[in-house]
Amino acid sequence: MSLYFTKEHEWIRVEGDTATIGISNHAQEALGDIVFAEVPEAGRKVSKGQEAAVVESVKAASDVYAPVSGEVVEGNAAVADDPSLVNSDPEGEGWFFKLKLDDPGEVEGLMDEAAYREWIATL
Amino acid sequence: MSQDDHHPTDAAPLAKLPLDAWHRAHGGRMVPFAGYEMPVQYEGIMAEHLWTRENAGLFDVSHMGQLLIHGRGADAALEKLLPADLLGLGDMKPKYSLLLDDDGGIIDDLMATRRGDDFYVVVNGATKHGDIQEFERRLPGGVVVDHMKEQALLALQGPKAAELLEGIVPGVGELGFMQGRAFHWDGQPLWISRSGYTGEDGFEISVPATQAEKLADALVANDAVKPIGLGARDSLRLEAGLPLYGHDLDRATTPVMAGLNFAINKRRRAEGGFPGSVRILAELENGPIQKRVGLLVEGRQPVREGAMVLDREANEVGKVTSGGFSPSLQRPIAMAYVPAAMAEPGAQVKLSQRGKLFAATVAPMPFVPHKYHRKGAA
Repeated sequence: MSLYFTKEHEWIRVEGDTATIGISNHAQEALGDIVFAEVPEAGRKVSKGQEAAVVESVKAASDVYAPVSGEVVEGNAAVADDPSLVNSDPEGEGWFFKLKLDDPGEVEGLMDEAAYREWIATL
Repeated sequence: MSQDDHHPTDAAPLAKLPLDAWHRAHGGRMVPFAGYEMPVQYEGIMAEHLWTRENAGLFDVSHMGQLLIHGRGADAALEKLLPADLLGLGDMKPKYSLLLDDDGGIIDDLMATRRGDDFYVVVNGATKHGDIQEFERRLPGGVVVDHMKEQALLALQGPKAAELLEGIVPGVGELGFMQGRAFHWDGQPLWISRSGYTGEDGFEISVPATQAEKLADALVANDAVKPIGLGARDSLRLEAGLPLYGHDLDRATTPVMAGLNFAINKRRRAEGGFPGSVRILAELENGPIQKRVGLLVEGRQPVREGAMVLDREANEVGKVTSGGFSPSLQRPIAMAYVPAAMAEPGAQVKLSQRGKLFAATVAPMPFVPHKYHRKGAA
């Protein structure tokens, strides 16, 4: 199991050919109180860099991009019901969707956790 | 993730507020706003918003322009620019008014208080330099505009504000809503009015900038007071149905479109003679083409400034000028301009935002009742 991050502050946890995707703790802190989340439905095909979910705080709207290409196997209904999960557990229960990867090699271009933490420290 | 942040930003170098270091020491997250670095939030917009509705919030509004307009005939001269009855304005009673252009468009909204022969005028931060130029260009030679740059402006808002401020500045509790007076605190002069822009009872306090930190410390020493950022200031005023200049008001809007008819005094309606009066009096008589309304948006997703209002045939007929999630009501609310025929409370409209449609209902404002301290009321 490996954890990767994007410069757009998504995280992706890869297990075999399946990936779970959410937004980083840094991202939820920057957004503040999350009041709305829209997650994709199973069966939707997304390609790397494409908007796959929406997250809104009291003040701002953001898109969540697919860090890799694949087919959505599950959107997190719990987050759609209670968007504050993204604030309370962004890198755990607050995940947005799961993908079946088209090409597991795509994740190799992303930052690992250490690189991401180092990078956000410079922001 | 891409963040679509709605805080206006300026390209020019940012100025620092007198309380800059104080905000940072209290955990304020600073963002560019109106040419200043200003605190958008401390612990979180939701918590700060609800705190203000239940306790007392301290806001730094020092970015706003405090002007002293004085000289022979200042009242008559100002009346030529504003639609208020300044000749008849009682002493020490702040009045909401509008600086208008010749077409009746709104250059800025402001509070003007007669202090003897002088007028103390508070204008918006982002517009203050333009306003000063406008006043200087249009006022006669004998009337002078002093920008009181040495003053900071704090607002203490919320149901506990009065009792709490009375403990620090005895006598403020005697002020009624929309009354002001000079006070002294710690040997320093303060100008305090019972006013604000949150819908709550509260005060605006003009204090010498050099004393602002000391006063802020004295206020937050009380457990009922927390510093509140711009984020909650915006959600509070939206719930209170109060328009914000640069969003709900601009030069393309008239006072009648904006629903600010109360700012046009009876005598001035009869006499006219203020900028844009021909158009504005006609709109008062016949109704405006578009009106500012409140909207209750269905669902949980906020619809924000810039979304379009659609009619039944999906034509774009209006625009959302403010929108967000109401912390008190736990639902999205908005303000929009719509054709007069669609402006009645209960009217159903469709909104379009980023390719998605939303259903909304025109609603009376304020969304959350005002709790101003009326004289004679408890």
